[in-house]
Amino acid sequence: MELKPLLIENTRLLGGETGRLLAVDGRIAALNPAEAPEGAERIDAKGQWLAPGIIDLGVFATDKPAFHFGGITRAALMPDGGPLDNPGLVERAAKGGKPGLWVHPLAAATKGLEGRELAEIGLMKGAGARAVATGRARIADAGVMRRVLAYAASLGLTVIAHAEDEGLTHGAVATDGEMATRLGLSSAPAIAEAMAVARDLCLVEETGAALHFRQLTTARALGLVREAKARGFPVTCGITPAHLFLSDTAIGDFRTFARLSPPLRSEDDRHACLAAVADGTIDVLASGHDPRGPEDKRLPFAEALPGMAGAETLLAMGLQLVRDGHVTAARLFDLLAANPARLLGLDAGRLAVGLEADLILIDEGTPWQVDAKKMAAWAGNTPFDGMPVQGRATMLWKGGQRIR
Amino acid sequence: MTNATTRPASDYPPGGDAFRHRHLTGIAQLTPWEISYILDAAEQWVDLNRSGAAKHDDALAGLTIINAFFENSTRTLLSFEIAGKRLGADVVNMHAAQSSVKKGETLIDTAMTLNAMRADAIVIRHSASGAVQLIADKVDCPVLNAGDGRHEHPTQALLDALTIRRRLGKVEGLTIAICGDVLHSRVARSNILALTLLGNEVRVVAPPTLIPPAMERMHVATFTDMDEGIAGADVVMMLRLQNERMDGAYLPSAREYHALYGLTPQRLEKAKPDAIVMHPGPMNRGVEIDSSVADDPARSTITEQVEMGVAVRMACLDILTRRTRKVPGWN
Repeated sequence: MELKPLLIENTRLLGGETGRLLAVDGRIAALNPAEAPEGAERIDAKGQWLAPGIIDLGVFATDKPAFHFGGITRAALMPDGGPLDNPGLVERAAKGGKPGLWVHPLAAATKGLEGRELAEIGLMKGAGARAVATGRARIADAGVMRRVLAYAASLGLTVIAHAEDEGLTHGAVATDGEMATRLGLSSAPAIAEAMAVARDLCLVEETGAALHFRQLTTARALGLVREAKARGFPVTCGITPAHLFLSDTAIGDFRTFARLSPPLRSEDDRHACLAAVADGTIDVLASGHDPRGPEDKRLPFAEALPGMAGAETLLAMGLQLVRDGHVTAARLFDLLAANPARLLGLDAGRLAVGLEADLILIDEGTPWQVDAKKMAAWAGNTPFDGMPVQGRATMLWKGGQRIR
Repeated sequence: MTNATTRPASDYPPGGDAFRHRHLTGIAQLTPWEISYILDAAEQWVDLNRSGAAKHDDALAGLTIINAFFENSTRTLLSFEIAGKRLGADVVNMHAAQSSVKKGETLIDTAMTLNAMRADAIVIRHSASGAVQLIADKVDCPVLNAGDGRHEHPTQALLDALTIRRRLGKVEGLTIAICGDVLHSRVARSNILALTLLGNEVRVVAPPTLIPPAMERMHVATFTDMDEGIAGADVVMMLRLQNERMDGAYLPSAREYHALYGLTPQRLEKAKPDAIVMHPGPMNRGVEIDSSVADDPARSTITEQVEMGVAVRMACLDILTRRTRKVPGWN
């Protein structure tokens, strides 16, 4: 089927100036063109925002309805399911979103994600892997981590790491603090994150490899990354909205939807995370989408599995960061699309001529309420259940093709 | 001594519900006057239990109480069973070892099963913090927490408060040292909550490896030196040290623990001359407490605590089933 040119008019580009965007043959052809080609499909956005489709870095399930609801056109899939440690599985995972969603598999750093032997990273790259990931846990053995970093660097791939020192966090389900103590939950000190970051930064200095911490959630760890960036190391980091909008008080009443990995932190750390988003230390805002049914969540807190269904609330919570004055709208879309695209080496993620026309139209103001019982995701384990939010994606294009 | 001496902290609220909760999941949900209300109610059951042959009341006749114990227990289970029976209820015990829990049934499914059997109250012990709350949210009858993980053991704290009140004439303005494995202890958590709420100075005395984080947020002072910690205390409350804590992960050995933290007669001299010694049982004699201390009737309240346990549990079962029984004024 011939793809008609697409002209989106009367739209605020990245939430800023009102303008127009023309896409031809699935790519962005012009910004604010004077003329549109014959037969172009015209969309009057009526002042809604136009942004690149969200590139969600580090999800645990290919949950298309949730991603489409959330304005996500590309998802980088964590290697834990499977695990994605050989080229065949990577190739299959890469096709898992078609049509309608780009899935970019992240190659398991080690065989079986066991943290011991290098996985076939080169072959997985050939099969479509866009980066390497250590999975839900870090690689405990520093020697193995060093080899993973050096090897991935030689292939031009970023390593996406988890940052928790397993010696400190073993058996813990919460952060040390009043909440964990009152609830009688096994907890670990927040420095477990900074300790893991410190080790890996030393290895980055040693190997020169590009490293991305998927989630950093403490003042100490973010301080280390801020310093490393100032010294010019190829280090980036991300966060999910949960750690920006919730602290460990959210686990009161043993709410297992708020059981996350890393756990929700103190209010001080939450504020440090907001500051790090504002000052550019944090590069990526991701959903960490990890839908969990009642068999994993309707359990005593310590027995429940960590994770949140985050895809549907990612955009709305991101817009809240703009409304609260922590970031500009343009910077929000760097966090949601441009920076993840750069990390994954994708030809997308910005409103720039020549890039893939993965686009979303955003009604940024309309209020709605998060309801765990009415989610598009296949499980409703959101820590934001009941929260009033504003803004959602109203239309979505992948490669110039309307999906929603 | 009877309850004539004090109603600590405050009187019952004028015109309010004396006890507005459907469940007893923890001390954290209670107000000072609700604690006092339970303690006062327990006094009559102490009298009944001491009254000789006919220790029986038919207040709960015809009601079914299920004791669902997902974790092994002898003393607490027995105490709840006796409490229910003395009130005339039909008491059924469910042991996890014999139940479908071992066959992979989820806790929620077990709760729904118990609920379908139309119990009038369910008493639950479980090894996971929060498990009792999870069940309470799913069933239609009152749920009593008989201990969940490291979280809470509210009836233990209530019986301890009653014991202190009867021995020392009050349970406010006292200095109380809670000593031992606080990190893993639900007894410690419930007692810290109850005793601080009633207006006592509570201290925690433990090796640094067994002190939970952020204790200052619980309004207690922490000590790692036993002699300093119990100095001038009115009450020395010992905790049981589980055997698995002594294998090197938290503590080097039982004998080192005894040397540094064991309650010996010499050490007890640091406390007030008339200080009482408590222990929730079962004791490790010669580890956390010496026999000469545990068996001294002038100081030790250990058997009295067991006695108060039955009375407090009778009071809790009575109060929580009043709505079911349509007791006038309770709806």
